[in-house]
Amino acid sequence: MRPRRSLILDTTLRLVFDAALVLSVYLLFAGHNQPGGGFVGGLVAGGALGLRYLAGGLDEVRATLPGRPWHYLSAGLLVAVGMALRSLVGGGAPLDQTAYTGDLLVIGTAKLTTATIFDVGVYLIVVGLVLLIFEGLGEHPSESPVPEEHGS
Amino acid sequence: MSVLMAVTAGVLCATGTYLVLGRQLSRVIIGIAMLGHGVNVLLVLSGGDGGDPVLVGEDVTDFADPLPQALVLTAIVITFGVISFLLALAYRSWVVTADDEVEDDVEDRRIAREAEHLLDDRGDEGAER
Amino acid sequence: MNLLLAGPVVLPLLGAALCIGAGRSRNAQRVIAVLTLTAVAVLSAVLLLRVDDEGTVAVQVGGWEAPVGITLVADRLAAIMLVLAVLMLLAVLVYAIGQPGAEEDHVGFHPVYLVLAAGVALAFLTGDLFNLFVAFEVLLMASYVLLTLGGRADQVRSGMTYVVISLLASALFLAALAFVYAATGTLNLADLSEKVAALPTGVRTGLALLLIVVFGIKSAIFPLFFWLPDSYPTAPSPVTAVFAGLLTKVGVYALLRSQTLLFPPDTRPGTLLLVVAALTMVVGVLGAVTQDDIKRILSFHIVSQIGYMVMGLGLFTVAGLAGAVIYIIHHIVVKTTLFLVAGLVEQRTGTGKLAELTGLRRLEPVLAVLFLLPALSLAGIPPFSGFVAKLALVEAGMGAEAYVVVAVSLAVSLLTLFSMSKIWSNTFWGPGPGTDSGRTLTAPRRALMVGSTGGLVALSLAIAVAAGPLYALSERAAADLMDTRGYVEEVLGR
Repeated sequence: MRPRRSLILDTTLRLVFDAALVLSVYLLFAGHNQPGGGFVGGLVAGGALGLRYLAGGLDEVRATLPGRPWHYLSAGLLVAVGMALRSLVGGGAPLDQTAYTGDLLVIGTAKLTTATIFDVGVYLIVVGLVLLIFEGLGEHPSESPVPEEHGS
Repeated sequence: MSVLMAVTAGVLCATGTYLVLGRQLSRVIIGIAMLGHGVNVLLVLSGGDGGDPVLVGEDVTDFADPLPQALVLTAIVITFGVISFLLALAYRSWVVTADDEVEDDVEDRRIAREAEHLLDDRGDEGAER
Repeated sequence: MNLLLAGPVVLPLLGAALCIGAGRSRNAQRVIAVLTLTAVAVLSAVLLLRVDDEGTVAVQVGGWEAPVGITLVADRLAAIMLVLAVLMLLAVLVYAIGQPGAEEDHVGFHPVYLVLAAGVALAFLTGDLFNLFVAFEVLLMASYVLLTLGGRADQVRSGMTYVVISLLASALFLAALAFVYAATGTLNLADLSEKVAALPTGVRTGLALLLIVVFGIKSAIFPLFFWLPDSYPTAPSPVTAVFAGLLTKVGVYALLRSQTLLFPPDTRPGTLLLVVAALTMVVGVLGAVTQDDIKRILSFHIVSQIGYMVMGLGLFTVAGLAGAVIYIIHHIVVKTTLFLVAGLVEQRTGTGKLAELTGLRRLEPVLAVLFLLPALSLAGIPPFSGFVAKLALVEAGMGAEAYVVVAVSLAVSLLTLFSMSKIWSNTFWGPGPGTDSGRTLTAPRRALMVGSTGGLVALSLAIAVAAGPLYALSERAAADLMDTRGYVEEVLGR
């Protein structure tokens, strides 16, 4: 039996979800010089997904994003570790920083540091973990868990 | 200000310790969390007196020590992770035992039982006399 | 150089990422995990040779100079510990792949195991007190998961004890960090070793004792050992073997490092440590004597053995520390082997209770040999590695005129021999055709499990054969510990 969906939650979700994702990406990039960062950004994105989970259960979360949770986890860890290895292979200190400055035509100049790429890894790891938690929690939040039989 | 922080840390740690000594898992977990917060406050306190934020403005002279804040942030994230693991473990414990109590230590019970037997034997001897 | 120092931490994390990505393909995970640990073993062996040749090496993470940045640093002790830890992790991984159970049934085993390896490597290589805390948390987090894999009721119960105790230790550690930082304004170990000396004696003693308590819980010294025999035996055999061989030794390493590097000779609590060492030996071995389950006996023996290492530290002489180092080398290999054999016995017979076991030598002569050699070594019978290690400690004790603790350590050796022979005579000797649950392993599985155990036994024999050079190496490592100038200069870049 599918649990009934809440109209208010659904409507709010439609309004909030995309905005929250945009905010999370903003936080991810703002983190270099201002409050924010990969962890915080990932948590905000995780919060948005949590809202999805509350509204429609696991199916809806799965439908929102391509791939499975551990793909995000793996990719995130790879990006973060890759940044550490990148500097090592070049003979530098582990995790030292390099900044790339590029001209993006219309938008203007943009600066990308390796620290930001590292943060992208952290962001992905947090999102992956949140998704894994939902997988662990089960199909729908309204299903209440029951202790196993004890044969007493 | 410092005294207030120190007292806060003390109260948090004391309450946490009290709760950890209980037999209910849920209380133990809350206790661990409070203990963690108390220690985090202590860590913030170790940075000395407060000051201006570090990153704002160019000509800040009296800024706060940023290192303890970074340390506390790390510590908070770690505590958060471990507490959630503990909660999952407590939930698992509830699923397999349908109970929230910390179980008796098997070894402890055995020793206690043997001690009781020993006492009983002595009691019998006394009765015979 | 940078790769040598950072590799042992970064590579296992890379392996973990790939293992997670490999998802449900167990074979792919196995290949990745074994390859990763082999690579790390090679790196750390090269690192050991390099460090032994050129002295302490350090690298600043992110290029930020110490004491501002995070430092990775390897001296001889750290490199020795790293090599042994990785070899042991590799052997146990091979064993776990062979054993039906933990590794096969859980997607998460390989990633978590590799994260544990990364945490252990970071704990050995870090040159920063806070980073040591982080390393401890990483490896503890991984150990919580490994300990409770499967989620049986007894695992959850003992896991709860373990997690709560570890968390209390972590909270204390963090409080100690706060005090250290408030007193000195730095957490870099090399920087601290200069600044702590300027503190008032009372503050120094307080910090030293607080750190002893923190690392004492992690390394299970008296009276902070009670959690260990309770939580270790319930985990799957390979996991118990890793915990027994490695995790408490990380605590001992932290104890060695902090007490020698941070505190100047006049505040070192030598007598206290010797008393604690003697009590740890005695209480541990008495606990072992009363037990009737192989894994529980072995778990109590861990406690008893920690006493020997702490004794070496408590002497605070080069000879004492050298004894402690070679004891750790011997202990990591032998203890792991014994737990692996216990796992094999349980696999074959379905039980670890001494009362239910008998005459296993007729069924499993190979196992009997694999048990006998490390067991004799643990008790300190010549010519095995345990004898070499104990001899070094006893000589150091005589040299420092600490006769009481030497006498205690010799008496405890006898009791160790007693409880080892108890296991031997009940399990392998005894009348009857041998206990058999009828569960035999397929040939490849058996080859992996017995092969990895045999490899570790060979390693412990090799330690006895190469005792001379190894003791010389331990002595050089101990000399580094007693004379901290090389370490400090390398880290602070002078």
